[in-house]
Amino acid sequence: MKLHWRKQEELTENVLKIVGLLSVVVLLMIAFFLFKEAFNIFYKIGAFKLISGTQWYPTADTPSFGMLPLIMGTISTTMLTALFAIPLGLATAVYIAEIASHRIKEFLKPIIEMLASFPSVVFGFFGMVIIAPILTTWLSPLLSDKLPTLIRGTGIPFLSTVVADLCYDKLFIASGLNMFTASIMLTAKSIPVIASIAEDSIASVPRTFREASYSIGATKWDTIRHVVIPSSLSGISVAIILGFATIVGETMIVLMAAGGAAIIPNWIFDAVRPMPAAIAAEMAEAPYRSLHYHALFGVGALLFVFNFILSLISDFVSKRFRKVKLGEKL
Amino acid sequence: MKGQSGDIIRPLVPQRRASASIKGNLILSIISVLGYTGAVVLFLVLAFVAYHGVGVLSWDFITKNPTDAMTAGGILPAILGSALLTFICMVVVLPIGIMTAVFLTEYSKPGTVLKLVNMSIYTLAGVPSVVYGLFGLAVFVIVFKCGMSLIAGSLTLAIMVLPYIISTSEEAIKAVPQSFREASLAIGATKLHTIIKVVLPLSLPGILTGAMIGTAKVSGETAPIMFTAAAFFTSGLPRSLFEPVMALPYHIYVLATAGTNIEKTRPIQYGTALTLIVLVLGMNLVGIIIRSRERRKKAW
Repeated sequence: MKLHWRKQEELTENVLKIVGLLSVVVLLMIAFFLFKEAFNIFYKIGAFKLISGTQWYPTADTPSFGMLPLIMGTISTTMLTALFAIPLGLATAVYIAEIASHRIKEFLKPIIEMLASFPSVVFGFFGMVIIAPILTTWLSPLLSDKLPTLIRGTGIPFLSTVVADLCYDKLFIASGLNMFTASIMLTAKSIPVIASIAEDSIASVPRTFREASYSIGATKWDTIRHVVIPSSLSGISVAIILGFATIVGETMIVLMAAGGAAIIPNWIFDAVRPMPAAIAAEMAEAPYRSLHYHALFGVGALLFVFNFILSLISDFVSKRFRKVKLGEKL
Repeated sequence: MKGQSGDIIRPLVPQRRASASIKGNLILSIISVLGYTGAVVLFLVLAFVAYHGVGVLSWDFITKNPTDAMTAGGILPAILGSALLTFICMVVVLPIGIMTAVFLTEYSKPGTVLKLVNMSIYTLAGVPSVVYGLFGLAVFVIVFKCGMSLIAGSLTLAIMVLPYIISTSEEAIKAVPQSFREASLAIGATKLHTIIKVVLPLSLPGILTGAMIGTAKVSGETAPIMFTAAAFFTSGLPRSLFEPVMALPYHIYVLATAGTNIEKTRPIQYGTALTLIVLVLGMNLVGIIIRSRERRKKAW
């Protein structure tokens, strides 16, 4: 029996509505299960003590679950990565949108897209087997041994003593698996995120804006700096925020290349264990429904909340970005 | 004395010194060089992995089981496991993703529901992959009692890639001009007919591009399958949906970080990484080619 077309329409609409609401359900389920499994640890130990505790020894005889080393690991790694990734990502965006010829653009954009879906486990692997040995066998002797000797030889006061000692002290790299190595690979992972979103918003600045700027004699760099970037600022902000979200949530790179020590880092060559790395490394060994299991869900819940806040902020900023886009019609 | 028009224009156009323009050009060149960082990194990583891995790749390597406690032999179970995980994931996610996109573009009315759905998709896109892994563990592995299994891993991956499939499909559907729909409705087609016969066929290349790149993303993911599906060793194909599988990305991770034979298995690690990269970038490339071809064909 064939359904009357009106019935058919009605049915389709209802089915689609249910499917459409599925993503809301999934999001709520993720939040529910994360917090349900994490509740136990927050209840037993207390949220403040958990977050501010400096000892992460989940498998000791008297286990202690201070998440601060993990949180600081994530924050410091993210900051260091942002230092590289934001300028490089934005430069890529500006280059593709404003400077590159059409042909180069057609070549570079797919490459950036490929970089975005490049398996992060391979980045982590590359950090482990290429970057880490380079740091310890080549860069470390050069910076902590040759460089101080060279500076001492100059005999300039202050420089030859304090700075040389500082180099000797701080540029020695004990292990290649550290925050710096992880940051380099995280940069590779986050450049495409920042570049593609920023490029979209830069490309959507109406051409008339640029022409107006050129017509009063501004150079290309002046136009980019005073016209193009200010009018795409909210899109660029979204790009940076989502770049942060990518770096914070990236797991395999920090798991393989960051060293894995759950200690609050003092310096960029210290080994760290950021939050995603802790979850990935320890979940397999944590017995089901043990305190450790709940603690790892607690870490996951923190990550979820953090990225949820970043999403909210970027959504708010991108609403403003749409208003800027309306300018095209003016 | 300066001319009057000069006085008006002068504040807008400060006399440029040659140095200012040189400085500007210098900055532009720096930006141009930095703009290639991503491409250079991609090339470097590819070159290193290819250099070390290409000697390992052979017909035997991709068609044989691992032997001698994983230190020799091939990676067939990992390739098959990854293929199965990705395939089941796409079978689940594509209908849901495309239907959601149709709902969002063709049926939803502006209002709270639409805002809620969009907000959820946006948030889901930002959830870290390891958190999806935790979710998969808590729900599919434990609550649904699937255990560490093919099906648990596939479903976890499906949820992870859902926002991407929705947004690429949505974009593809939105790109179909409104007038095409109106033309179809005008000759008496129902809305459902219009969607099936006009909108979806025209947006198919865009949807396919999203699906290809989504497949590439899924097959390279490690964190979501670590606690939901991946096994260190299985021989051959899993016999049911409820068995753990090996997967290429997890294989690289395990060989490179765990066990006592890390140095000994280095060639296998390179070979596996190269296989994974070729698969992922190959699918990506197919997606990109579909899109650029379609762009050239489009007349509207």
